[in-house]
Amino acid sequence: MEIVFYVAGIVAIVATILMLTQRVAVHALLYLVVSLLAVAVIFYDLGAPFVAALEVIIYAGAIMVLFVFVVMLLNVRIETARGVRLRSPAVWIGPGILSAILIAELVYLLATGEPGYATVSTINPEEVGVALFGPYVIGVELASMLLLAGLVGAYHLGVRKIRAGRESWN
Amino acid sequence: MELIRYGFLLAGILFALGLLGVLVRRNIVFTLMSLEVMLNAAGLAFIVAGARWGQADGQVVFLFILAMAAAEVSVGLALLVRLYHEYKSLDTDGASRMKG
Amino acid sequence: MFDLLWLVPAIPFAGALLLATLGSRMPRKAVAAVGVCTIAASAIVSILIAVAFLAAPPPGGAYTQVLWTWIDVGSFNPRIAFYLDALSLVMMVVVTFVSFLIHLYSAEFMEGDEGYSRFFAYMNLFVASMVTLLLADNLLLLYLGWEGVGLCSYLLIGFWYQDPVNGRAARKAFIVTRAGDTAMAIGLFLIYHSLGTLGIQDLMQRAIAQWGVGSSYAIAAAALLLGGAVGKSAQLPLQTWLPDAMAGPTPTSALIHAATMVTAGVYLIARTHVLFELAPPVQLAVAIVGAATLLLAGCSALTQWDIKRVLAYSTISQIGYMFLALGVGAWSAAIFHFMTHAFFKALLFLSAGIIIEALHHEHNIFHMGGLRRQLPVAFWTFLAGGCALAGLPLITAGYYSKDLILWHAWNSPAGSVVLWAAGVVGVVLTSLYTFRVIFLVFFGDVRTPVSKRPGLPIRIPVWILAILSIIGGYAGPPLLTFLKTALPAALESRAGALTETGSSAVTALAFLTGFGLAWLFFLSKPARATAVAANPVGSVLHRFWFADWGFDWLYDHLFVQPVLWIARVNRGDFVDAFYTGLSRLIEWTWRILRLTENGQLRWYAAGIAVGSVVFVAIVSFL
Repeated sequence: MEIVFYVAGIVAIVATILMLTQRVAVHALLYLVVSLLAVAVIFYDLGAPFVAALEVIIYAGAIMVLFVFVVMLLNVRIETARGVRLRSPAVWIGPGILSAILIAELVYLLATGEPGYATVSTINPEEVGVALFGPYVIGVELASMLLLAGLVGAYHLGVRKIRAGRESWN
Repeated sequence: MELIRYGFLLAGILFALGLLGVLVRRNIVFTLMSLEVMLNAAGLAFIVAGARWGQADGQVVFLFILAMAAAEVSVGLALLVRLYHEYKSLDTDGASRMKG
Repeated sequence: MFDLLWLVPAIPFAGALLLATLGSRMPRKAVAAVGVCTIAASAIVSILIAVAFLAAPPPGGAYTQVLWTWIDVGSFNPRIAFYLDALSLVMMVVVTFVSFLIHLYSAEFMEGDEGYSRFFAYMNLFVASMVTLLLADNLLLLYLGWEGVGLCSYLLIGFWYQDPVNGRAARKAFIVTRAGDTAMAIGLFLIYHSLGTLGIQDLMQRAIAQWGVGSSYAIAAAALLLGGAVGKSAQLPLQTWLPDAMAGPTPTSALIHAATMVTAGVYLIARTHVLFELAPPVQLAVAIVGAATLLLAGCSALTQWDIKRVLAYSTISQIGYMFLALGVGAWSAAIFHFMTHAFFKALLFLSAGIIIEALHHEHNIFHMGGLRRQLPVAFWTFLAGGCALAGLPLITAGYYSKDLILWHAWNSPAGSVVLWAAGVVGVVLTSLYTFRVIFLVFFGDVRTPVSKRPGLPIRIPVWILAILSIIGGYAGPPLLTFLKTALPAALESRAGALTETGSSAVTALAFLTGFGLAWLFFLSKPARATAVAANPVGSVLHRFWFADWGFDWLYDHLFVQPVLWIARVNRGDFVDAFYTGLSRLIEWTWRILRLTENGQLRWYAAGIAVGSVVFVAIVSFL
């Protein structure tokens, strides 16, 4: 059980790091997909099969595909870096320090917190469904409204009015 | 059982890496991708917590995060397309008309 | 009858209010009617009161009418109250009567002016303030009237405000008198602080009891009041404003700067005579100031070519005589001279006004001539006034009053030969400059033709004043007896080498000397005068005296230039700099904070990240 977790974790971290340092957008997307799949494996390992499936289907399957569509649409090739090169350490130092502090805080909290629970049990989709229709039903409704808002917003931002002889954004 | 701790640690590291990506990359596509990484890491943290308590609540929250990420990505990508058509490039540093 | 006392200042004040608010919408005739009738009513009331007072004097020789309490703070409660005794009665009657005549004169004189109603409003306000000053029962109310007349003087000198020269003259008058007023205010503070009251009769009694002769309090208070009197009455060293005040209309010069306002200082000293008696050094200073001023102004009058300026210096000189009288303790003689001076000086100004108007605003006496036959009304009235001024023996009022002063200057224990001699030399000078003007203006060839002749409203007042200038002297003895009820009698001591008739003879001789010199230099052979002026010594003296003995130059270098220099240096205004500095500090802060809004997406994201890291740190570690 644990070995799966460790391997999947390392794969996720490495894939994410590789994603950050890519110059071609499509390569970075692919590495991101790998990272997401690794996290899905971790989900399964932690006894959440339903969410693992969702992660693959929705996250890696829909959201990432959306990214791919847009990247292909815009024909984004190499990132045009004006002035500052990606490999130069100057760009990475500030954010690097910030992230390091964040991780340090987390490590400290974990080290001084209470010990972990002994066993991990599987929570099947049925329980999740019961929870969704039970105490979290309002959240579901709100989420649906959010999605509606996102839908309308995305449509409106993306629509193009065709004028006589000229396509223009409204 | 160190699984829970290491789970949180993993979530934290992924979150930090996502943050790094948001702060460093100038191309807005990469910014959005890093944002996704951060959201995913947050979701991982919730699942780990749910596994610790043995309840479905963690997964439910992850579902909400997922819905939110979907909405955010759709709107964000639409904005991205508008940005590209406006400035003819995807450099966020160039889109600084809100300066001052 | 006495309770009508409050009407005397109130009617002109109401008139001033009416003219100030509605005057520009009233027709000319109505404005003149209001302006003149208010003063006429005031004069009538004061004459009626005078008659009643003489017939049946109130107990103690004084009547007090309390109107209301002005301020009521702790133990400080000055009232609006009028105090009528022989002194204030005499001055009130003279002031209102002469004011009435001058207002009547102005009704025709100022006809062509577009500030007609404004003029009468200011003049009425002036009369109201002057009467308040004269009737005031306490020093605070007197100070109110004092400031009121100063204000009206400023407004009227700068009447034709479109010309900046007039504005400068008005400001000069106001600022110079202000110096005196400040001294007087400090004197008031001192008096209240030490004696606890500002009521005049009250404080004089307390001063006798508390201070005693020669105490430093008395000397300080009297000296400060003298400072105020010197400013208002244009004596040394604050006499520089009066010649420039001639920029105002002629009726103003007649009323304010000859007959009434400039005598306010004399009134003040006479009113608070106890304080001066308690401070002999200050009283001596009064006499010295008077004597020095009369000589100084007399010399300056000799060199002026503007007819109004001659009269201005003459006023300064005659008030010097009044101060001299006050200084030697001849209180009533000073008031007698005030009365005769009011008549003949107002007369001189009014007839000078006739001449100026007739010659189309010509002021220069060297451009006038031969007006004896062209303007007979001006000639005879000016002659009457001039003789009174110079002191033509036995006929004119001025002779009697001036003679009395000189006699007391010799006779009184505080007097001395030096003061008497100064007065006699003054008579020579007065006679000389007066007849210089008369000979130059009325005799000889006509240089500027006459273009306008005066009507009845102008001629009646000048005739009345001419008659008064001649017969006014015979009212002397009864007047002096009457004034004894209010003022202490002049002390007689050194019958010495000179008797009263002897002194009078010397005065008459002095008059004739001046007359003769004027004849020699200005009538029989005018070339002699120009020869003296061209002579090296003569020309230096001429220029020096023309410039008022250099006082203007002195004050300019001593006070005006330093203040202007400070103003120039402080152009940047260090007080302002504090406030602009404050705003510049804020601007600088803004400029720095503006750098945080550089429109960069990553920068904002970094801001959020840093903030959350800090919060997490706080939450988890604290």
